[in-house]
Amino acid sequence: MSGIRDRVAIIGVGCTKFGEIWEKDQEDLLVEAAYEALDDAGMTPEDVDAVWVSNFFNFTGQSGGTAIEPLALFGKPATRVENFCASGMDAFRNACFAVASGVYDVVLVCGVEKILDQGARGLPQESYHPVFQGASAPGMFALAASRAFHEWGWTKEDLARVAVKNHKNGAAHPKAHFRRPITLEDALSAPMIAWPLGRYDCCAVSDGAAALVITRPEIAKDTRHKDDYVLVKANALAVYSIQPFYVGSYDWLGFPATRAAARMAYEEAGIRDPRKEISLAEVHDCFTSTELFNIGDLGLVEDPKDAPKFVADGLADVEGEVAINPSGGLKCFGHPIGATGCRMLYEVTKQLQGRADGYQVRDPRYGLAHNLGGPGAVASVTILARRD
Amino acid sequence: MKAGILSYGAYIPFYRISRAEMGKAWGIPSLPGERAVANRDEDSLTMAIEAGLEALVGIDPASVDAVFFCSTTPPYAEKQCASIAALALDLRPEVYTADFTGTTRAATVALRAALDAVESGSARRVLVIAGDSRPGEPQTTWEQLLGDAGAAVLVDAEAPARVSGWASMVSEVVGPWRRPQDRYVRSFEPKLETEYGYVRATAQACRAVLEKCGLEPSQFFRAALYSPDLRSVADVARQAGLDRSQLQDPLLMTVGNAGAAHALLVLAAALDQAQEGQRLLLANYGDGADALVLELEGPLPRPQGRRSVAQYLASKRDLPGYGAFAAMRNLADRPEPRVHSSPVTYWRDVAVELRWHGARCLACGVVQYPIPRVCRECNARDNFQEVKLSRRGTVFTYTLDHLYANEYLDTPIPRAVIDLEGGGRVFLEVTDCDPQEVRWGMTLETTFRRLHEGAEFHNYYWRARPVRE
Repeated sequence: MSGIRDRVAIIGVGCTKFGEIWEKDQEDLLVEAAYEALDDAGMTPEDVDAVWVSNFFNFTGQSGGTAIEPLALFGKPATRVENFCASGMDAFRNACFAVASGVYDVVLVCGVEKILDQGARGLPQESYHPVFQGASAPGMFALAASRAFHEWGWTKEDLARVAVKNHKNGAAHPKAHFRRPITLEDALSAPMIAWPLGRYDCCAVSDGAAALVITRPEIAKDTRHKDDYVLVKANALAVYSIQPFYVGSYDWLGFPATRAAARMAYEEAGIRDPRKEISLAEVHDCFTSTELFNIGDLGLVEDPKDAPKFVADGLADVEGEVAINPSGGLKCFGHPIGATGCRMLYEVTKQLQGRADGYQVRDPRYGLAHNLGGPGAVASVTILARRD
Repeated sequence: MKAGILSYGAYIPFYRISRAEMGKAWGIPSLPGERAVANRDEDSLTMAIEAGLEALVGIDPASVDAVFFCSTTPPYAEKQCASIAALALDLRPEVYTADFTGTTRAATVALRAALDAVESGSARRVLVIAGDSRPGEPQTTWEQLLGDAGAAVLVDAEAPARVSGWASMVSEVVGPWRRPQDRYVRSFEPKLETEYGYVRATAQACRAVLEKCGLEPSQFFRAALYSPDLRSVADVARQAGLDRSQLQDPLLMTVGNAGAAHALLVLAAALDQAQEGQRLLLANYGDGADALVLELEGPLPRPQGRRSVAQYLASKRDLPGYGAFAAMRNLADRPEPRVHSSPVTYWRDVAVELRWHGARCLACGVVQYPIPRVCRECNARDNFQEVKLSRRGTVFTYTLDHLYANEYLDTPIPRAVIDLEGGGRVFLEVTDCDPQEVRWGMTLETTFRRLHEGAEFHNYYWRARPVRE
């Protein structure tokens, strides 16, 4: 296996403002994000050889036409990718293969979701079987949080600290959904959504789109970002049971998909001590408890049950050891499902280039993006670094 | 006649409401006592099945040849319910199924058919299950009087509680009745319906069966009588020559009139107390009356784990008020949540959905649910033995989910990952409880419920509840 390391370069990124965007549809959002990325790359739509577009809900879009139609790129190859909430980073993964193989030179990766078109009461619940119905998204992740409360003694305060940190970061980011810092008290007194997860433990339900232009490094050398394009150091995807409720051996303490993807990605990138080598991580904090699990699953703490201490000690702050979600994360930046994976890569890319929209992490070396989908079932980990 | 009752079971829903609360809500007089209230995920069929499960405690379901479902409120106007019960009770595929509906007397109509079947030799063992949830019009005492319950008897060709005599009496009195377009039970003239309908026919049937058997009223341990209201059962007893002390508590102050399930429920309470050598009288009414004599010629099996009527009466929670009752009955006519479903998928998976079957991997031994093709633990392919899962387990993890079908619920729904006794991990909604009671390690048991109306059919499945003891 030759892997993807150093074979793909990100040369342009774009992202809309995330939020409840009632007056725009997915076409507006996708066009804005795609053109921002193309402008950033100094390219035009005609330069694009192929498109990968990610979205989850079928009311947002279906088929490659989700991107081709709004961009009027008729005749170009395009594929829609769906892999739960990890759809965005999986679209990126597939696009990387296309570029690395040499089949295409320049590929546009984009993700979009227009959740608010179905109302603002959480994610529309999907069920595919008469009786084997999952829970709501908070309900699914609460099953893991609940177990950590029981087994590891995690507390509501542990969760609240994650929300406070991410709100602080998001408040500084002009494109974030929520721009208001909160207090521990705010988080602790919020109404319950799915015990133990209260309203401030749940990420925003947002509309938005994000896009990236990728190519091979030898081509990147002749583009606008020739001096600061960002290299893909690793990209890994792992899929575990999408019905973990029925897996008797599952301990519900973290997500094995993340652990598997992280292991593969670290190996590919040559990272031995992630806590020392990773400067910042945009992780999938769909819920505050999930961020704590991610810290453990990504190996940023020795014992995963100590993740709350990592946050409480400020080690996850922008100035901390590993800045976790300097954008505000899903919690505060927002989570338009199909867009999130691309939005994470947008953020990490700009951080590595020293042009973050919000808080800038100082002298970052490696940046990590972690996208998680389903009931912790699908995990994608990407590691990026600026060119030498 | 050697045929009779081999086993029996009762079911009374967990929730009760005091009639005083109901009267107070409408500003009308209240009847005394309380009534049983089916939860919003229960109907006549689920309650009948719960009673059927009780009747089969300690008995191999494969030994049952036929199952008869009895109700005045079957959940389907067209579609049999006994066939659903046959699967939920995990009976053999060759089992004979029939529904008996349209009258509160349905359970003894079915019992007679069951006895005739075993007498004729067409079946050896027949399970009669009854459940009812009659709709009483709001702002009337009907609403207070009626109660929800289930009851079941297992009829066998040779049984310790032998049916030694039977008499029936036709009685064509219009009332009570309900046409397809009537939402609530109708009544024209209670005096006619009670005095010349119920009391006269039931007492006549009782006297007739005594005469047939050459028995005196004093020779009975108890009389289990259908009781449409709080008072008139005493008139039947008097006209039949029975002493009040022989009258089995008609459960009107605790359960209410349970329609087609009522007579068998009162009988179950009598059987709970009766001893070998004693004699019982059972009488049922609805457009005529049936009366029969039961001779307890042998000891009735009292298997561990089968709940008595007294246990069901004691295991209860009072609804906080009429609003909670109105919500359970959906008196506000709120539309059912739109849930995706498909009769095709439902049909394909009935073994895991209704029979509660899982599979044991023959390579690694791990019991799994739903039944996979490839073992989730050891990856062995198609190497499973289908097994019946336990109805009991402990909570591994849980949440209290306020979000359901894109609605925010003030009262959350507990959902629990449960490790079943004997293997298998399942994920069920927890019903019949205060959500705040749910804890890791708590013992739960499955209960058969109506989940939702996706694709506009009744999607039945199992939920979990705290063990009712």
